[in-house]
Amino acid sequence: MKPPFGSIILDAAFRLMIPFILLFAVYVLVHGHYSPGGGFQAGVLFAVSVILVRLVHGRDAAWGVSRKGAVILACLGTFIFGGIGLLTVIFGGNVLDYGALPLGPHEAEVRAMGTLGIEIGVTIAVMGVILTIFYAMIGKED
Amino acid sequence: MTEHTPALIVLVPLVSALLLPILALVSKVLARGWTLVALLGTHAGSVSTLIYVLANGRWHYYLGGWAPPWGIEYVLDPLGAGMATLVSFLALLVAFYSGPYLKDAAPLKTGSFYALFLLVTAGLLGMVVTGDVFNLFVFLEISALATYGLVAMGGHRATVAAFRYLIVGTIGATFYLLGIGYLYAVTGTLNMADLAERIMPLLNSQAVVVAVALILAGFGIKMALFPLHGWLPDTYAYAPAPVTTFISAVMGKVAIYVLYRVFYFILGGTGPVLPALTVLGWAGAVGILAGSLMAIAQRDFWRMLAYSSIAQMGYIAVGLSLGNMMGITGALLHILNHAVVKGGLFMVAGGVFWRTGIRDIPSFIQMSRRMPMSMAVFVAAALSMIGIPPTVGFFSKWYLVLASIEASAWPFVIVIVVSSLLNAVYFFRIIENSYLRFRTAEEDEVAVGGTELPATMLVPMVVLGVAVFMLGVLSGEVVTNIISFALPWGTQ
Amino acid sequence: MWAQLSTHLQYWFIAILLLLGLYGILNKQNLMKKLMAMNIMQVAVIIFFLTLGQKAGGTPPVLIKGVEGAEAYVNPLPHALMLTAVVVSLSTTGVALALLVRIYRHYGDLEEPDVLRRLGK
Repeated sequence: MKPPFGSIILDAAFRLMIPFILLFAVYVLVHGHYSPGGGFQAGVLFAVSVILVRLVHGRDAAWGVSRKGAVILACLGTFIFGGIGLLTVIFGGNVLDYGALPLGPHEAEVRAMGTLGIEIGVTIAVMGVILTIFYAMIGKED
Repeated sequence: MTEHTPALIVLVPLVSALLLPILALVSKVLARGWTLVALLGTHAGSVSTLIYVLANGRWHYYLGGWAPPWGIEYVLDPLGAGMATLVSFLALLVAFYSGPYLKDAAPLKTGSFYALFLLVTAGLLGMVVTGDVFNLFVFLEISALATYGLVAMGGHRATVAAFRYLIVGTIGATFYLLGIGYLYAVTGTLNMADLAERIMPLLNSQAVVVAVALILAGFGIKMALFPLHGWLPDTYAYAPAPVTTFISAVMGKVAIYVLYRVFYFILGGTGPVLPALTVLGWAGAVGILAGSLMAIAQRDFWRMLAYSSIAQMGYIAVGLSLGNMMGITGALLHILNHAVVKGGLFMVAGGVFWRTGIRDIPSFIQMSRRMPMSMAVFVAAALSMIGIPPTVGFFSKWYLVLASIEASAWPFVIVIVVSSLLNAVYFFRIIENSYLRFRTAEEDEVAVGGTELPATMLVPMVVLGVAVFMLGVLSGEVVTNIISFALPWGTQ
Repeated sequence: MWAQLSTHLQYWFIAILLLLGLYGILNKQNLMKKLMAMNIMQVAVIIFFLTLGQKAGGTPPVLIKGVEGAEAYVNPLPHALMLTAVVVSLSTTGVALALLVRIYRHYGDLEEPDVLRRLGK
């Protein structure tokens, strides 16, 4: 992985693609309710953008996530998921009962917001996991 | 807070597992302390659930507030609560035991070990607690993946063993998924109680027969039923000692618990389940003999214990296949026996290896002089495996023999008695080596010095050794107060 | 027989994929090929679940204004279950690949007989 992978065409082209990939990832995440998509797919797209930068620019890429950062992201994302589960217990409902969260009067909206929170947690977790797998495959032998 | 205990006993290890790598980067002591506190809380929760369920009947807990059959529910009955107590108790003991192994590991490695360990515990507890067949698959995969990671921590040979275990274990889980796909196709529901009602008129249809075969094959792989046991010796022999202790004590038991749950509680024990139980019984019987014979042939202590595990799972399979009250009682009591005993045996094996580096049986000469407490625990566990009163192993084998006589299954009686003698052969070899043989002069020079184990490794071992005798003496109360409620035609 | 084949064609396809996957795991020597065959087997089970939920003339299970009634939409439950199964498959493949990288770095190749021979069997 030491020499950068790309040529000048790749170097110019990927700069154009990365913002669109990121924006599409956020779209897929938020529109999981209305169209195919949701947390897992958005997480994969986020991870793909980071891996693309890392592949083209090699180890001294200016933008990316470090090894420890990937593990921390994975833990953080799943912790958001579990944390919302415990939060609903604290607010009186059963585990993962989004209706108990104090986010407004309309129950359908509250459940939708709860699901969105869970999906954000899942996205961050999946991004962290795929980056961890990637770093495990290219990393140094320990 | 206490009305959420069924979900909390799964959620607390799960969330702690996710925090642990971050905590370990801060401080290793903090990570170990958090693990122990979380497991202690989980065990306390399981025990309180068991007490509640024995007094009041089944506890239904609706996840997300959605009522079944649309939502996922967690159902605790005495069987599930008892298994949850067993799993969390052994997890707590092994977490204590694993401290010295991680003394000089890097912080991220310590955090990863404890995180994976808590994930295995959360997965197994989820399997035991859930009332939804697909949720069981999810928790099965959680615990299995964490186990593959834990086993691979044992070095380079362990990595190969972990890969082979991964392939075989995933085949097993995929078969189970296909089986519940067939059950979903004919009934349209995934909730266990609802499935039990709806499958009654459909029991002899082709889809259910295929589903039973697939679930038997899938979980037969997971519990190392006789022809499907090939992954087990390598995995147990090469994994690090705390990992082997935990998975040998608990993972096969939860797999056989799932078979028990699916065959007797969901499918009612009739119809296509009867031939499946016959296959289970015969595979178990052959496994008992094959496992015991292969164990005698081993030179490596850990591999011998691994083959002995295959034999002991065969006893539980035979007990479940007999179908009468004594048989299932014997099988459940043997689950308790084997979990405690095999945990103790692997703790002793791991402790001896950690202190002196000895793994092969001929080098165990005079081990009792060097490590008296560990070998005392070994003797207690060996007595229970052979089936000598007043250990709990005697009572479980007694129930199994009585059940076989009652069902007129004379081959099983012969197999159980002969295999007890075979167990005696391979355990007495080690007892003879460690207590009765004397070293020759050159062996005395070669012997590496080793004193007794540190307290944090010794205390769990002694707890298990004492538990063997206590459970044996109290086995009558255990059977009447806990196990008799776990039978499928019980009062609940 | 042809009528039954035409309505059950997808199940034959799934059965062939499943058996191909099992054949690959059992017969192939290279560890990487075993992993790929395992993936094929998991995909077969996923497609099996998805075909359980299909309805003739059904549309994807997203609510469209003006289309009421459950018969017009495909059953969404198998899709949700299979999302989970796909993620499980991804995680298993990830763990297996990480293990394979370590095996390759230490043993130098991924052919099973050689690895087992060096393991000491």
